[in-house]
Amino acid sequence: MTRLLSPLALLGALAMKLLAAIGRVAIFAVDTVSHLFRPPVYPRELAISLLHIGWLSLPVVGLTAIFTGGALALQIYSGGARFNAEAVVPQIVAIGMVRELGPVLVGLMIAARVTSSIAAEIATMKVTEQIDALVTLSTHPMKYLVVPRVLAAFLTVPLLVAVGDVIGIAGGYTVAVKNLDFNAAAYLKNTVDFLELRDIVSSLVKGAAFGTIAALMGCYYGMRSDRGAQGVGRATKGSVEAAAVLILAANFVLTGVFFSI
Amino acid sequence: MIRMETVTKAFGPKKVLRGLTLNVPKGTSMVIIGGSGTGKSVTLKCVLGLIAPDSGTILVDGQDAARPADRDAFLARFGMLFQGGALFDSLPVWQNVAFRLLRGALKKPAAEAKEIAIGKLRRVGLTADVADLFPAELSGGMQKRVGLARAIAAEPEIIFFDEPTTGLDPIMAGVINDLIREIVVEMGATAMTITHDMSSVRAIADNVAMLHDGVIKWTGPVAEMDNSGDPYLDQFIHGRATGPIEAVR
Ligand SMILES: Nc1ncnc2c1ncn2[C@@H]1O[C@H](COP(=O)(O)OP(=O)(O)OP(=O)(O)O)[C@@H](O)[C@H]1O
Ligand SMILES: [Mg+2]
Repeated sequence: MTRLLSPLALLGALAMKLLAAIGRVAIFAVDTVSHLFRPPVYPRELAISLLHIGWLSLPVVGLTAIFTGGALALQIYSGGARFNAEAVVPQIVAIGMVRELGPVLVGLMIAARVTSSIAAEIATMKVTEQIDALVTLSTHPMKYLVVPRVLAAFLTVPLLVAVGDVIGIAGGYTVAVKNLDFNAAAYLKNTVDFLELRDIVSSLVKGAAFGTIAALMGCYYGMRSDRGAQGVGRATKGSVEAAAVLILAANFVLTGVFFSI
Repeated sequence: MIRMETVTKAFGPKKVLRGLTLNVPKGTSMVIIGGSGTGKSVTLKCVLGLIAPDSGTILVDGQDAARPADRDAFLARFGMLFQGGALFDSLPVWQNVAFRLLRGALKKPAAEAKEIAIGKLRRVGLTADVADLFPAELSGGMQKRVGLARAIAAEPEIIFFDEPTTGLDPIMAGVINDLIREIVVEMGATAMTITHDMSSVRAIADNVAMLHDGVIKWTGPVAEMDNSGDPYLDQFIHGRATGPIEAVR
């Protein structure tokens, strides 16, 4: 009987673990938001975070977007040729970039670049007692470390996504005009005419959501890091895994919310 | 000033503190000695509320350290030198020292804060040119002294030093011992110091407490330390390998 039940018990234990983890993350998120609205605020920390998360992510976002946009144009052209639909390249590139690839790829790049560095930094601070030192200096780690990073990601990642969308479309445009003999003016007109406000809003909302997830996961795993170099390594790995999976899951949900009607 | 009453703390199955009772009167210097890993650092962290004890009470001026009415105000009374320094490696040395003076209730203009920081650095035997370096650019002993400067920067009433002279040369250790003594005598601060250095004990302490097996095995004025008749204390202060304290713990 017990043997029969043990897979069930295992499943139950796993589900409980998952629920507990979700609960802890939710509490952490609520805690972050509650500290957002209570003084003191640390403008210098926010400025540094804006610089690191927003500005310094531009190169990697730009490169990701331009190659993706270019590849997308080539694929749609060759795929579309099978049923004589080569002409839809501008429309599909625009929709593909703005609705899905822009936000998702930027989100994942931010998870790789920002989540990992936040987790490693905060975890190192934890294991070297810097977090304890902050507390003894009457500075709340949530306010000093977490709020600036999460807020900066929430504010800048939508902008990064917008930049990524534009550069991705530009990548598609370049390939289409240079290699596939599209008319430049017609390509742009098709792109602009085809995109709806809803596409752009969804892109920015996804950006804000993914940025928040990325920074929150970095902070959460960093703050919970075990001691030692291994602890830092585990925290970093866990944070990137969690951020990437949550970003993809959130993308699915948000796509459903925006486009299922 | 600080009263610890039957404090216990375990990490998982490992019982570190097993009913520690200790009293540190205001304006005195208490030195805690004891073997490595006996829970000295944990004891200080319990008072600061960085580690929550499993049971027992800790009162600071009658106020419960676990649940102070205003935690920021409570912590503002303390300065702490961490065993590993715990300097913020993203900030230059002077901003580490002046951390409290650059934000919050004690906020001062940056130039003034830097001035104070450089003054404190000088007191721990460091020159003004380390002020703009980053902690990673300093030697271990220099980092320790920067940590010390940070602990005393806001002139707290209660100061905890976790191994302030470990890793320093004998002369610098002497300078730091004098500094700690000075802070207690001149500024009237209450100090708790952890050290393994017996000459440091004699230089700094009013009272000594020896931690072993999770409890205070012996406590008393430093003058009585040498003829306490306590076998644990005797073995410890003379550094004998044999005695009631096992070498392998
Ligand atoms: N955060 C923690 N999590 C788990 N165990 C801990 C933690 N902090 C301390 N310990 C354990 O508690 C015990 C006492 O640690 P503590 O740092 O207080 O020793 P100590 O007396 O300061 O030793 P030393 O003289 O070597 O600094 C150690 O066995 C340590 O492993
Ligand atoms: Mg210690």
